[in-house]
Amino acid sequence: MRSTSTVATREAVLAALDAVRDPELDEPITSLGFVASCMVSRDGDAQVRLRLPTYFCAPNFAFLMAADAYDAVSELTGVRSAQVVLEDHFAGDAINTGIAARAGFMQTFPGEARQELADLRADFLRKAVMAGTDQVCRPLASAGTGPDELAAMTLSDVPPSSAISRLKQRRAELGLPADDQAPLIIDPISGAALPASALPLHLRKARATGISMEANASICRGMLRHRYATAGLREAELAEEEMA
Amino acid sequence: MYEHNGEKYFVVDGHMHYWNAAPDNWVPGAEKYAKGWIECFHAYMGLAPSETHWPLEKFQKYSEDDLMTDLFEDGHVDVAVFQPTYLLEWYKEGFNTTERNATMGEKHPGKFVYNTRWDPRDGDAGLRTLRQNVDRWGCKGCKLYTAEWNNGSRGYKLTDPGAYRYLEACQELGIKNIHVHKGPTIWPLDKDAFDVADVDRVATDFPELNFIVEHVGLPRIEDFCFMATQEPNVYAGMAVVTGGLMHKRPRFFAKVMGELLFWVGEDKMLFGSDYAIWEPKWQVEGFVDWEMPESEEFSDYPRLTTEGKKKILGLNAARLYGIEVPAEYQLQGQPA
Repeated sequence: MRSTSTVATREAVLAALDAVRDPELDEPITSLGFVASCMVSRDGDAQVRLRLPTYFCAPNFAFLMAADAYDAVSELTGVRSAQVVLEDHFAGDAINTGIAARAGFMQTFPGEARQELADLRADFLRKAVMAGTDQVCRPLASAGTGPDELAAMTLSDVPPSSAISRLKQRRAELGLPADDQAPLIIDPISGAALPASALPLHLRKARATGISMEANASICRGMLRHRYATAGLREAELAEEEMA
Repeated sequence: MYEHNGEKYFVVDGHMHYWNAAPDNWVPGAEKYAKGWIECFHAYMGLAPSETHWPLEKFQKYSEDDLMTDLFEDGHVDVAVFQPTYLLEWYKEGFNTTERNATMGEKHPGKFVYNTRWDPRDGDAGLRTLRQNVDRWGCKGCKLYTAEWNNGSRGYKLTDPGAYRYLEACQELGIKNIHVHKGPTIWPLDKDAFDVADVDRVATDFPELNFIVEHVGLPRIEDFCFMATQEPNVYAGMAVVTGGLMHKRPRFFAKVMGELLFWVGEDKMLFGSDYAIWEPKWQVEGFVDWEMPESEEFSDYPRLTTEGKKKILGLNAARLYGIEVPAEYQLQGQPA
């Protein structure tokens, strides 16, 4: 039994896509402008079309975004079926067929992959943890907090902010310590606390990682704007929220 | 050469191209890739000042006169290094081959350095071609594009066994400089195609060769930096940093420069315009004018002096390629 009241709204589908991130840039695909269109039929059949900054964007990351978008939309209450289509991409046909068939990456690119993409995703989550560590710690260091103090701090010692909640969330996704009593600065592979002597280099690396990701995101935005004249769905809205 | 505020800069463009990506050169059946590739390049041009943008048609195929004017008459370049990219699966005569570059360059003696390329998947035949190119054109450098498609394979790593044979051949043939450009595909596709760990490994195994990582490893600038800081023979190719960031994203440009100066250092950074993606004129002039911003955000980055700019714009590359630099362009107190 279906009635229109149980069908997911287009807004709900778009909101679900806010939770899908570009794993390389650690930003939502919506705010990056990657969502070209989104439709939901009266019966709850959702179709999302994605677009990327270039025809040759790396196929593994493109696959992850399309697969994550499919999962986010198909899990929504009120969605009967989900379709995700990647537009204007050299591997678009293979990826779209793979996503529709709910095939994994190896099955989508037979002979070209040796495993699924969990390791790749984890590597980039660790970069996100490094970048997040920089975001949280650089203001503290600028305000005079030294390595000894930083090494002794826990996550609960930092005042609430979007940066610290994001850092906790990324650590939790990796299975790293993310509770209030966990050390503020950890090795992103082992999860172990770092001694004060290791912090200057670690924080320098964290900063370089953050700058690299931001520079990449800014180049991607420039390329996307050159490729498509119109903004992506929710792109402008999220940019305004960010400014506010 | 470029003269500004009484200072003289010798300019080596360490990364430029003379390509034909017009439809007459597209491989039948692979048109969408040929078209996608050049349109992607054209989008990068969008990051330059708008008065230097070209229409797509000119961008697909520009003339020898365009190149000579943009580099040597207007662009302040003294010597330019051709970096070939073959892409023979998409472009009938290649995108820009050693031969196309050198045939044009031979008409202008002293202006160009001809780099060649190799692909470990080409086996013995490729080794013979490499020898011929070195014999014929005197190549001292190679440009490697690891994401190149070749007979059903979509890329390679420098640590693949086949690549070691070629690196050994380079040492034997007197090739000193290996420019590495990473792209979005390798085998296997589940790995990060932009990972620079293979460069790290071969730089250790071939200490007599120099490895210039093009586009400073972008989009893996941080991994490149952490690696280059430990390897004395790894250099930063600056193409894309100046072209892609200096005009459009000056704050990021300053931060990326700060990171490169900190981790890699001004002795191991090489200017490259990436022509025809970006014209050198605005890049050279803008780079000479550029100063690290004074705000707190940038306070712990090294500063770049006039001397450092001279090194990056030309003296470092001249050293790697044995290019003679007139005395007035050398640094004060440096041996000739």
